[in-house]
Amino acid sequence: MSAIEARELRRTYKTSTGVFRRRTLEVEAVRGVSFEVAEGELFGLLGPNGAGKTTTIKMLITLLIPTSGTARVLALDVVKDAREVRKRIGYVFGGERGLYERLSGLDNLRYFAELYAVPPRDQKGRIAELLDLVGLTGREKERVEGYSRGMRQRLHIARGLLHDPPVVFLDEPTIGVDPVGARELRHTISSLTAAGKTVLLTTHYMFEADELCNRIAVINKGEIVAEGTPRDLKEIVADRTVIEIEAFGASDDAIDRLRRAPGVTSVAVEEREHAQVLLVQSAKGLELTQSLLGLLDGATIGRVAAREPTLEDAYVALVEQDPEPGLSLHAAGAPQ
Amino acid sequence: MRVARLLLAGLRFHFKSLTLSWFFILTSVFMPLVVATVSYYMFRAGGKPGTLFYASLGAAVYGIWSSTLFGSGGAIQWQRWQGTLEVIVSAPAPFILVVLPLTIATSSIGVYSLTSTLLWGRFAFGIPFYLEHPLAFVVAVPATILGLGLLGLLFASTFVLYRHANALSNMLEWPVLLVTGMLVPLSLLPGWSHPIAWLLAPTWGVRAIREAALGGTPWPDVGVTLALGAAYLALGALFLRYFEVAARKHATLSLT
Repeated sequence: MSAIEARELRRTYKTSTGVFRRRTLEVEAVRGVSFEVAEGELFGLLGPNGAGKTTTIKMLITLLIPTSGTARVLALDVVKDAREVRKRIGYVFGGERGLYERLSGLDNLRYFAELYAVPPRDQKGRIAELLDLVGLTGREKERVEGYSRGMRQRLHIARGLLHDPPVVFLDEPTIGVDPVGARELRHTISSLTAAGKTVLLTTHYMFEADELCNRIAVINKGEIVAEGTPRDLKEIVADRTVIEIEAFGASDDAIDRLRRAPGVTSVAVEEREHAQVLLVQSAKGLELTQSLLGLLDGATIGRVAAREPTLEDAYVALVEQDPEPGLSLHAAGAPQ
Repeated sequence: MRVARLLLAGLRFHFKSLTLSWFFILTSVFMPLVVATVSYYMFRAGGKPGTLFYASLGAAVYGIWSSTLFGSGGAIQWQRWQGTLEVIVSAPAPFILVVLPLTIATSSIGVYSLTSTLLWGRFAFGIPFYLEHPLAFVVAVPATILGLGLLGLLFASTFVLYRHANALSNMLEWPVLLVTGMLVPLSLLPGWSHPIAWLLAPTWGVRAIREAALGGTPWPDVGVTLALGAAYLALGALFLRYFEVAARKHATLSLT
């Protein structure tokens, strides 16, 4: 039995514009998403901002009703059996919101322990155990408004695990957390699957997905464009080379010229403090470096290097192009 | 047992949270003093002896009403802002048992208003504090707080669905103050306003408190306050059930 199952999930939002002549617009945030997560699996949902990750998660955790399609968690329908689903899931949203700021971490956990029906005799021990797990022991009596972002995030995780749910949803849990804190959080996340829990994780960070996830689905513009193990996804770009060009003052026109250059399959731009790093993907074996540099006239060029593609490059390749039927991957043995 | 524990834990949690908000406490303490002061001068100009304590009690109930309205509306909106509305909606506990302690906590904050108003009347205007029926007074105050908290539940149910419904709270504050006889006796108001007053728990709550303090028959008013509270609870539970589903359908539980 799959722990999580989404079938053709769709979600449309209605928004309106204008003051006197109001117009209603429909935005299709999720367009027919289907996937399954096996029990005990750590499944990653990756995608750029606005791709539909959070909307998908919110439908699975009963906070949004799908416009169409169905979803089940532990064989329970997320619309019809919402209350039963809620008893069996924990979820953690990234960011600083979702806690009672004026009260202490301990007050928050005690209150949520009541809402999640943790038996009174178990509450004290369970809270102490979770504070220890997330490294907040000793700080639990301080008000949440004084917590750092990382501490809040860890408190969120403790809250999500209070009732020991078999299925846990983590929506960008390490966003904005410092590198040391993020590493500790990743350790906590990997310990969840070691304890037999099923985890659905969304993240922007490819190394995080690569390190943690058994399988990954890449979602773009509300649709799943690829699904498989991290290795499967890397295979998508195995026949490519990545040329990293550090440039200062490269214009949009110059970058467009790179994108149209023969042999180039995609170009991603990372803005650094004063420089841009252009990640140019091309077919393996082509020697394009000189011709690419020639297209960047007017820009000052810094370091140039060619390297093997990573999961991040596969992700960039997937989200930078419209979905193609041949691009979808399904790992052998994984639930279909 | 489980229900009682959940309600008590929620009440304690939200009361503590509201008490730690200086903004909320200062509003609860000082706003009724303005109403009380206006009321004292109005009744003093009337020249009837013994009416100042009457005015003082009306201002005190206004304080409970104001913190309920402001609290129930503001609290749901505030929960939406701080992202906790989604967290409490997605908890397995029945939503009514999560929201009810919140609205009762907001009306309970009215105890600060009651205390500040009576102290203000005693020390600034020399109004003696004397109770004709102390036992009835001790029952009437919590019954009024409960009745108003349950009215708050009715409002809160709409605030779950509509993101800007708390704007309504600003509009309702003064009409209800006038129509329920907190400021001036109902007999001075036009006849068409009486049926509206009868449907509102503050009308009966303020009567119960005044009759317990000044003499009269407070118990029937306590009974009506609680009966109306029970009706608000039934309606609020129904609305919450409907509005929770509607909010999940229309995506209004969060800001984004």
